[in-house]
Amino acid sequence: MSDSASLSAAAPSAATFSFDRLRRSAEAVLVPLGALLVAMILFGAFVAVLGKDPIEVYKLIYKGAFSSAFAWQNTLQRAAPLVLTALCVALPAQVGLIVIGGEGALVLGGLAAAVAGHAMSGAGPLTIQIGMAIGAMLVGGAWIALAGALRHYRGVNETISSLLLSYIAIALFNHFVEGPLRDPASLNKPSTMPIGEATMIGVIPGTDVHWGLVFGVAFCLIAFVLVRYTVQGFAMRIVGGNVRAAKLAGLPVGLLILSSCGLGGAAAGLAGMAEVAAVHGSANASLIAGYGYAGILVSFIARHNPLAILPVAVLLGGIAASGGLLQRRLDLPDATVLLLQGIAFMVILASETLYGRARIFQPKAS
Amino acid sequence: MDASLGWWGVPIAVLGGAIRISTPFLFVSLGECLTEKSGRINLGLEGILVMGAMTGYCVSYLTGSPWLGVLAAGFAGLLLGLLHGMVCSLPRVNDIAVGIGLMLFGTGLAFFLGKPFVQPKAPTLPAIPLGAWASSPQVQAALQINVLFIVGALLAVALHWVFRNTRWGLVVRMVGDSADAARAMGYNVNAVRMLATALGGFSAGVGGSFLSLYYPGSWNEGLSSGQGLMAVALVIFARWRPIHCFWAALLFGGASALGPALQSVGITSGYYLFNAAPYVLTLGVMIATCSTKRTLAGAPGELSVTR
Repeated sequence: MSDSASLSAAAPSAATFSFDRLRRSAEAVLVPLGALLVAMILFGAFVAVLGKDPIEVYKLIYKGAFSSAFAWQNTLQRAAPLVLTALCVALPAQVGLIVIGGEGALVLGGLAAAVAGHAMSGAGPLTIQIGMAIGAMLVGGAWIALAGALRHYRGVNETISSLLLSYIAIALFNHFVEGPLRDPASLNKPSTMPIGEATMIGVIPGTDVHWGLVFGVAFCLIAFVLVRYTVQGFAMRIVGGNVRAAKLAGLPVGLLILSSCGLGGAAAGLAGMAEVAAVHGSANASLIAGYGYAGILVSFIARHNPLAILPVAVLLGGIAASGGLLQRRLDLPDATVLLLQGIAFMVILASETLYGRARIFQPKAS
Repeated sequence: MDASLGWWGVPIAVLGGAIRISTPFLFVSLGECLTEKSGRINLGLEGILVMGAMTGYCVSYLTGSPWLGVLAAGFAGLLLGLLHGMVCSLPRVNDIAVGIGLMLFGTGLAFFLGKPFVQPKAPTLPAIPLGAWASSPQVQAALQINVLFIVGALLAVALHWVFRNTRWGLVVRMVGDSADAARAMGYNVNAVRMLATALGGFSAGVGGSFLSLYYPGSWNEGLSSGQGLMAVALVIFARWRPIHCFWAALLFGGASALGPALQSVGITSGYYLFNAAPYVLTLGVMIATCSTKRTLAGAPGELSVTR
């Protein structure tokens, strides 16, 4: 054992290096998967205690989420905003901040998009759509960057401040939607002026899934490249690892914190824009649907890896999509999905402790 | 009767609202104060609050005794607090993240189990009419004081005394200020923190039962509007001192009552903005008191939010 260890330490060939990387990746995939399995067993036991058949529950979740083209479209539809709100957690996490205010950025982004869309009416649809997206990303980005700025310049804890900002954002949203910006024609459900049918961004050809999903995938890919393969991303991760070391190395810590928070907020704002421009047609209370909070869960399961967010968001979107089926077939309450998410979150967080414990995942050299 | 009191109705309604709305703030913040004094932060009190509200209502409905409901809510909170404490005792598990998880888990569990209890009417807690001397119905309504409010005020004093004058209080504070020192003295840091989180959960659960058993006085899924989370900020505002938690809870209760009180005299235009008052207040206080140069005065040394 010690022979091989000293050998590989003496001559770290390319082959062993990639093998070690494989071990690390295997750990990063297998630990969360194992945790999800444990969460499913726990949830199954809970359901069994209530007298329902857990196998039947999981069959229905699969059926409602992934069994048909229709189910897949429903799943992807729900995954689209989760991808973007998860980025609102994952990008600030690169600089070591836990931001949980994505809901506020989404809501204000949606409001900004609706206002921009109405104000620009008369221009070409594409111009309006770009204007809406830019407005939403600016507002959402500024909102989360504010939490980052408070952290950097005033030492205010970003977790709490982002959450408070999120409540304030929702209050502002309600104020504007039910007050100054209300469409007088929206009687039962206060909404802003509609952006108009022609301006809606529509669906990906051949499906029922709106373009918000494409925004999300593109944003994830860009974020992944930024974090992994650019100097800026490397600098962000240094800040996240050790702020003092980053300062000693002369990195612009404040700028890095602000930009990563701003990018994250922009992603959540874009999610709000997609909801307005593809689903609702105007900003109204339907935007406050808890996507921001579900995004926190997605990002934590994906361990803040922008690329891993995609499959996790699809998984959670699928679970959410199957909620209706569970309600109808098994007479389970609509909070079933929330409970399953909660159990999964707790088990996955507890599984953090397993990293680096199992020998098989460790590089041979160390 | 608004006409007879006119604008005086607003401060009286705010005062009454402060007393009514502050009770859950008070219990949750005292629980959080205890937890944070031991050096850990539990962001999941929101979930515990909702779970406490559900358990209290459901037990009160099934047994007919609201006080049994309060007790059951406390124990539900205790169990969830214990869960938080145990998961956080594992090495390298982040207490803030687990708190967010517990928030989701507690709310999900409460909504799931509480579904059948949305409709029925459970017996609620009694109130003491301290305003019986007054002729004005507004004043009488404002001074309808619930027993739990008084219990909470006494609890604040008791916690203050425990922290200052007892061995247990000293151990909790030592664990919170320096885990190394506590270990050197032979105390089990994780056990103390787990206990502090569990007892904090008990208090938060009781606070939740107030929501469903007194004001608003029924169980539904929109019952809590983030009181559990605001309590975390409230403890920072109160600088980890139980007596100050009491005054801070009253202030937050008053801020929450401002919107409805103004609405009752006909000012409805900024209703949602006034509703945001407690959040703005919290954020403003945090911006004013925090600094990058030093940790907050009175902050437990081991606490992750202030580092």
